[in-house]
Amino acid sequence: MASQPVLDLPIIEKFGPHRNYSNGLLLESGVEPDKLVKTHCCFCGMQCGIQLKVKDDQVIGFEPWEEFPFNQGMLCPKGVKRYLQGAHPDRLLKAYQRDPDAPAGFRVLAYEDAIQRVAEEIQKVQTTYGPDSFAVFGGASLTTEKAYLLGKFARMGLKTSNIDYNGRLCMVSAAAANKKAFGIDRAANPWADILKAEVIWIAGANIAECFPILTNYIWQARENGAKIIVVDPRITPIARTCDLFLPVKPGRDIALFNGILHLMIEKDWLDHDFIANHTVGFAAVAEHVKEWTPRRTAEVTGIAEGSIRKAAQWWGTAKSSFLMHARGIEHHTHGVQNCLGAINIVLASGRIGREGCGYATITGQGNGQGGREHGQKCDQLPGGRDIENPEHRVHAAKVWGISPDELPRAGVDVYEMFQRIERGEIRGLLNICFNPVVSLPHNAYIKWMLERLKFFVTIDFFMSETARYADIVLPGSLHEEDEGIVTTAEGRVVKINAAVSCPGDARQDWRIIQDIARALGREKGFTFANPREIFEELRVASAGGIADYSGITYEKIEKEMGVFWPCPSEDHPGTPRLFEPGSSNPIAKGNGPFYFPDGKARFNVAPYTPPAEDVDDEFPVILTTGRVVSQYLSGTQTRRIGPLVDQYPEPLIEMHPQLADRHYIKDGDWVRIEGRRGICTLRAKIVTTIRPDTIFVPYHWGGGKSINQVTIAAQDPISKIPEYKVCAVRILRQYGPPANATGLEPQQ
Amino acid sequence: MYLPNQNEFFIDPARCIGCEACVQACSECDTHKGHAMIHLEHVDRGQSTQTVPVVCMHCESPTCAEVCPADAIKKTDDGVVQSARKPRCVACNNCVLACPFGVPKMITDFELMMKCDLCYDRTSAGKKPMCASVCPSGALYFGPRAQIEQLRPRSTPVNKFQFGRQTVATKVHMMAPKGPAKAQYVDVTDAMNETGRGQRISLDILSTMYVSEEQP
Repeated sequence: MASQPVLDLPIIEKFGPHRNYSNGLLLESGVEPDKLVKTHCCFCGMQCGIQLKVKDDQVIGFEPWEEFPFNQGMLCPKGVKRYLQGAHPDRLLKAYQRDPDAPAGFRVLAYEDAIQRVAEEIQKVQTTYGPDSFAVFGGASLTTEKAYLLGKFARMGLKTSNIDYNGRLCMVSAAAANKKAFGIDRAANPWADILKAEVIWIAGANIAECFPILTNYIWQARENGAKIIVVDPRITPIARTCDLFLPVKPGRDIALFNGILHLMIEKDWLDHDFIANHTVGFAAVAEHVKEWTPRRTAEVTGIAEGSIRKAAQWWGTAKSSFLMHARGIEHHTHGVQNCLGAINIVLASGRIGREGCGYATITGQGNGQGGREHGQKCDQLPGGRDIENPEHRVHAAKVWGISPDELPRAGVDVYEMFQRIERGEIRGLLNICFNPVVSLPHNAYIKWMLERLKFFVTIDFFMSETARYADIVLPGSLHEEDEGIVTTAEGRVVKINAAVSCPGDARQDWRIIQDIARALGREKGFTFANPREIFEELRVASAGGIADYSGITYEKIEKEMGVFWPCPSEDHPGTPRLFEPGSSNPIAKGNGPFYFPDGKARFNVAPYTPPAEDVDDEFPVILTTGRVVSQYLSGTQTRRIGPLVDQYPEPLIEMHPQLADRHYIKDGDWVRIEGRRGICTLRAKIVTTIRPDTIFVPYHWGGGKSINQVTIAAQDPISKIPEYKVCAVRILRQYGPPANATGLEPQQ
Repeated sequence: MYLPNQNEFFIDPARCIGCEACVQACSECDTHKGHAMIHLEHVDRGQSTQTVPVVCMHCESPTCAEVCPADAIKKTDDGVVQSARKPRCVACNNCVLACPFGVPKMITDFELMMKCDLCYDRTSAGKKPMCASVCPSGALYFGPRAQIEQLRPRSTPVNKFQFGRQTVATKVHMMAPKGPAKAQYVDVTDAMNETGRGQRISLDILSTMYVSEEQP
């Protein structure tokens, strides 16, 4: 019975989100901290180094960590204020059980009783409906140790094939494309290569707001003479001073890449030696892009033909370059094709695997990279191995001390798991580090599906919008309460260090997973005493795989300020730049730089298809979504940090004055966005920095403020990423606030 | 060790991304925890994402001190203009109104004008001011002049500002784009009437596209 026990308001009143501000000890001057703990930010994939000030087992502030090479003390506002998530009034200090008769719908339960109840319910569901009827959701903010343990727990402890994670809504399109083209899923270059590039191509990445510190690299390259090309439907802060802005119509990125390749071929701006010696498949791609003349590209993308020609010339004739993209081209029903198109123009230029010649997806989540390598993905085993590959199954089973036959087969992605709930194939769910009620598209469907579950347990440190649907909520750990590794977006493995202990009955997440295993009577393989022991097993499990961590130790990470994988032995220095001659590559074994047996990269034909839901007379406006700098993902943490809420309190609808004028909408007016799946009423922000045919709304809020009430759940057929970046809507001016706006604070 | 002659403060508005890390970090400074002494301005959000961080410029002849009826605002030997001295400040707001850069803040709870003091507690201990430490895009920079001149060859540091007939010289420098002639000063009154040229080009593309879509 996984429905909200009572209405939103009483739950919000007790569990928040409430805004936390500095007070008491945190405002006093001259407080000498007991210690400064060197660690990393708990938010995005940049993983900036930061020192946390600790006094009396509480994080009281931060001090810049200027020695850490990536950010050298720099931080964005989220990193500066992240310490306010600790000692928070909303923090879950006890286990809770759903109880409609309790004042806020939940009553306190002793931790051990909660674990027992979870184990009993898992057994009940699995005994009645089979092992696959119980599913597990993970997340890419977990340390790699936790992600690894969760994958092992699902496959070996629960014997279910149904595990997947919130990275499914993040960068899976890029991951799939990278595997198809390069045979490996990792940023090809360290960020330092940006500084040496002549041309930097940024496609669908609001870098200044989502990865603020990367701005400094790009703008320093510009000072050094680099030309910056930005492709985006909005003039984001990074686009404001770029050298060439291509205001692409949302959903048309692949057309642009094909058009650029067409011009590169026509003008012979190609690296013929590289194409001949290090790639396969160019001829088919060249044939395919013949039809993508500049005129056709301009018609489809909405970009002026002259700009397309100029971009092709800059890109085609550069000596060094860096192409980067993020969710803007990945969140599409053809997200994989978009990324393949981007890779095609990189491969045709031959500018990869060298200093100053780079390509990367900018992974969004803190451990978006490490969290997708070691087995919480539905089709994956540790070390980036494939759960359907017999040799890979043997390796993982051996490390875990089981027979390969006992390993479940590949499961399905997060969204399809909801469809399995609908079909009654999944009856129970364990969720950690994931807030699908806010973060998945068409979220009314997500709520209905949660309500169909027989049993739903969630591990979290705050009562997230999703946790409100749980039968049992177990109090997990904050980032600063545990140690472990994460891998940054550039492939650098760094160490998170514990600053404080877990308060109340809260436990480190890996302990909770092991407690459940023990209560199930399946403790074999789940008796780790600390994250280091988990990491040591992970090293062995990853050895020989593509994501090889076997040569990385906690000590080596601390000493060298991070180690880039692959790192196959303790005397190996790590691999900051992939695809260099002679770099570690267990697949090509010396045949070439890329991760295929012949060592060659693959060109892939990337056909253009329009978005799943294109605009029409009924719904004539394109809706696209994204982030703002002061909030992070579903806002479970950042909507509880007062100064961050105050910086950008509520979602606004960015729209162009040309569009606003047609609807008599003025800045600050309430506007209802109507789509085929839902509506959302918010205030308008009239700006000339967006395409007139497109509106933008950030997605970090829940309830009536959630734009994911409107977005479409159509998925990429390969990566299964939902199409957050395009759906069709209409807009209507309102003459007052919606009912949901009253009685709630902006963050609620 | 504080080396006043080596490390100087530079603002590079072309690099500002509007993230407010500076403002949020300022309120973490030990001497004024919970209160930011600086702020961020959107030049015209309707037209542009251009933003500017506003820290104290530390004028050679501080207007705020000149208009103070209680002689509460002092400049120390290192050229830093300090917050009003508590025993003297009468909370009259003269400084807030007079400052050409809009820097001083009246903290009504304390009945005291407080402003950016270039993080004296940090700079005196050899650290950078909090805002310049965290700024993720290099819009705020604290370091030797030779270093920033080398890092930013497209700009030149300027510390003279013309407001009508008043010229204000400051300790803090603003990075101005290098034009045909080396910029000697920033004419603030002129700049207020300028329109962003780079932005307009992109915006014209947007509007033309919309029109062409409407007329098939």
